[in-house]
Amino acid sequence: MTRLEMTRRTALLTSAAIAANVANPFRAFAQETPRKGGVFNVHYGAEQRQLNPSIQASTGVYIIGGKIQEALVDLDANGQPVGVLAESWESTPDGKTITFKLRKGVTWHDGKPFTSADVEFTAMNMWKKILNYGSTLQLFLTAVETPDAQTAIFKYERPMPLGLLLRALPDLGYISAKHLYEGSSDIRQNPTNLAPVGTGPFKFVKYERGQYIIAERNENYWRPNAPYLDRIVWKVVTDRAAAAAQMEAGDIQYSPFTGLTISDTARLSKDKRFIVSTKGNEGNARTNTIEFNFRRKELADIRVRRAIAHAINVPFFIENFLGDFAKLGTGPIPSVSTDFYPGPDTPQYAYDKKKAIALLDEAGFKPGAGGTRFSLRLLPAPWGEDISLWATFIQQSLGEVGIPVEIVRNDGGGFLKQVYDDHAFDLSTGWHQYRNDPAVSTTVWYRSGQPKGAPWTNQWDWKNDAIDKVIDDAATEIDPVKRKALYATFVKEANTELPVWMPIEQIFVTVITAKARNHSNTPRWGSSSWHDLWLSA
Amino acid sequence: MRILSLAGRRLAASIPTLFLILIGVFLLLQFAPGDTVDAMMAQMGGGDAATARELRKFYGLDLSIPMQLGNYLWRLIRLDLGFSSIYGKPVATVIIERLPPTILLMTASLSFAFFFGLLLGVIAARGVNKWPDTLISTLGLVFYATPSFWFGLMAIVVFSIYLQWLPAGGFEDIGAVQSGFGRTIDIAQHLILPTLTLGLIFLAIYLRIMRASMLEVLNLDFVRTARAKGLDETRVVAKHVLRNALLPMVTLIGLQAGTMLGGSVVVESVFSLPGLGRLAYESVVQRDLNTLLGIVFVSALLVILVNFLVDLLYARLDPRIQAEG
Repeated sequence: MTRLEMTRRTALLTSAAIAANVANPFRAFAQETPRKGGVFNVHYGAEQRQLNPSIQASTGVYIIGGKIQEALVDLDANGQPVGVLAESWESTPDGKTITFKLRKGVTWHDGKPFTSADVEFTAMNMWKKILNYGSTLQLFLTAVETPDAQTAIFKYERPMPLGLLLRALPDLGYISAKHLYEGSSDIRQNPTNLAPVGTGPFKFVKYERGQYIIAERNENYWRPNAPYLDRIVWKVVTDRAAAAAQMEAGDIQYSPFTGLTISDTARLSKDKRFIVSTKGNEGNARTNTIEFNFRRKELADIRVRRAIAHAINVPFFIENFLGDFAKLGTGPIPSVSTDFYPGPDTPQYAYDKKKAIALLDEAGFKPGAGGTRFSLRLLPAPWGEDISLWATFIQQSLGEVGIPVEIVRNDGGGFLKQVYDDHAFDLSTGWHQYRNDPAVSTTVWYRSGQPKGAPWTNQWDWKNDAIDKVIDDAATEIDPVKRKALYATFVKEANTELPVWMPIEQIFVTVITAKARNHSNTPRWGSSSWHDLWLSA
Repeated sequence: MRILSLAGRRLAASIPTLFLILIGVFLLLQFAPGDTVDAMMAQMGGGDAATARELRKFYGLDLSIPMQLGNYLWRLIRLDLGFSSIYGKPVATVIIERLPPTILLMTASLSFAFFFGLLLGVIAARGVNKWPDTLISTLGLVFYATPSFWFGLMAIVVFSIYLQWLPAGGFEDIGAVQSGFGRTIDIAQHLILPTLTLGLIFLAIYLRIMRASMLEVLNLDFVRTARAKGLDETRVVAKHVLRNALLPMVTLIGLQAGTMLGGSVVVESVFSLPGLGRLAYESVVQRDLNTLLGIVFVSALLVILVNFLVDLLYARLDPRIQAEG
């Protein structure tokens, strides 16, 4: 630690320009020469059933599999698609044929060459059939043609907006090796999923369940002089407080995706040894929700839904419970999504208790005995501390306008089953995850006709033909300007009808050692390959 | 021969209990909303209905509950614990991997609690109502009243972060590849804090039981006889009192062997140890029925085994019990 402070002091003394940079920890050491070597220890909070990102789209898989396997494209520092295994791409004017030119000279970790056959196999057998969100995205994919080893031509039955595909592929475009999966009876049970083989900067070494995963430098990586790190170790630490303690003891250098408690995060943000920031997680924006069950006659009345929104003081909640890492949300498309954000000028519901009471009275739900209008069951998702606090805040706010709320807590499986399959809720609250394009995982919250039991979809027994039409039109609109306009209409309609309210916007928080360089430099850095990450001495 | 028939009778008596426990756990878990596919969807962050249907079929969840239970019991009779849906390998393998850390932690903290409980209990009983007794009893109460996760975290803060004497968590050092003696020392270092954390709470119970039991035996007639014979106090305590006062302690070990297996979830989580407690917790959250039932089965076997050993110990400590049993 002394060494680091020395560096800072020297920097301060030598140049005023550098001194200015010290205030900005991300640019402070731009002048340093990258150092090879070192072990990077990563906090891994929840073990998954497998590690292959071609068949499971979740941060818990990307944080490991994303260093070993690579996608066709990733996002650059400005959030724009940049080629990884694909070098270039083009779409025909009708949007039904998209051609990818693949990178030459890339080999799998086992030495076999990477070719278009791998892309074809992965797209048709994994993305289209198994990958969550991938199966929806690639629903109209009919074939992938491979005229030569470096060309993959995607054929679609309906127009596929190139922008949508490119923004979805960083998450939903990881490639697996055909020769390791071909002929295996069930891709899900293939042992390679737990000992992944890829083209990425790090090679899988060992997985001890419940303890750790190790990957080491790929000496034959296609990018010159990369990666810098010798190895990455993911340590399984399920207890959040214990993870913070291990960071302080120096055993862990990085805790991704809000892995620590709110209080520990606040504490470590004052510690010089760590950098605490939302930077590098812009691609993982989420909103806190209130989902209304229209099977309750009270909630089917729009005045009641608006009254509930008006009854809750969101700015107060954010300021006192969530702190700097959350902000007021304005609808289903978060403000970090610059390509689609329609601005805040859509119907909003500011805190106004009088208006809430007036709306409830107007709807005919006058207070009965003990001031009670009607009571509700609220099911909070168990994913984060913020949801639990938010549920309690909803309970207290609605109590003040005469709606007693009973909070029913469940674990993950129980929550999904009760809300999205059994529909045994009045209100529920959790996270809506925004995945860079509203068509990936946002519009399903509003589009009618979702199969019963599909989690994070419209299970509210609510249908609006106008919204359904906007969603369908936008999904196949090839012109980016028209698409953006359609999504602005979508947000306006969604905020007017309010089947789901999304009043808080959050980005995951990263806690990382101050010695890390080139970190958090893309909007999905935690999931990215870390080929340029290095540790200063 | 007598031991063998005793063992045989014990085992025969425990088999129906074992099956009742397994059926009970199976049915209890059916009441929990959601199944392992829901839990998987929760982990993945979404998926479509067709995939879910296909997965349910794969895990055999499309069958009726009595059929699932029947299948499970039939497999169990053939000593097949089934396949774990979260780990993708046979349950037996998963459990055997997790057994060593659990057993190490359990025996270490039980021995620690037993030994120091005995020692402190005797000291407290010898100086009853004087300052050693007050001190020991107060300390015991403090240990007993402190939640173990807090103890664990404070131990990490003091010994790992400030003093940097001991590792903050994990079962062994991943950085260095060690073998033989070096590895043993490394694992022992990693187990010191968890053992203390888990052991201190049990220590409090043991020392109170030992103190009470000593006080009771010290007032019995045969102790007065021994003293009247002219034996010195140390001999009286060591040879006559201790042996009789040990019986309740031995009973307690048998009872707590089970608690220790399950009760270490907290300690295993705080110290990131790959033990059975955490595995059981994860199996419940992930609705991995096969793994959970497998753990219940193995834990039940362990408890039966420990209780059998306790029975043997009884007979050794007090020959009168053998005559009756």
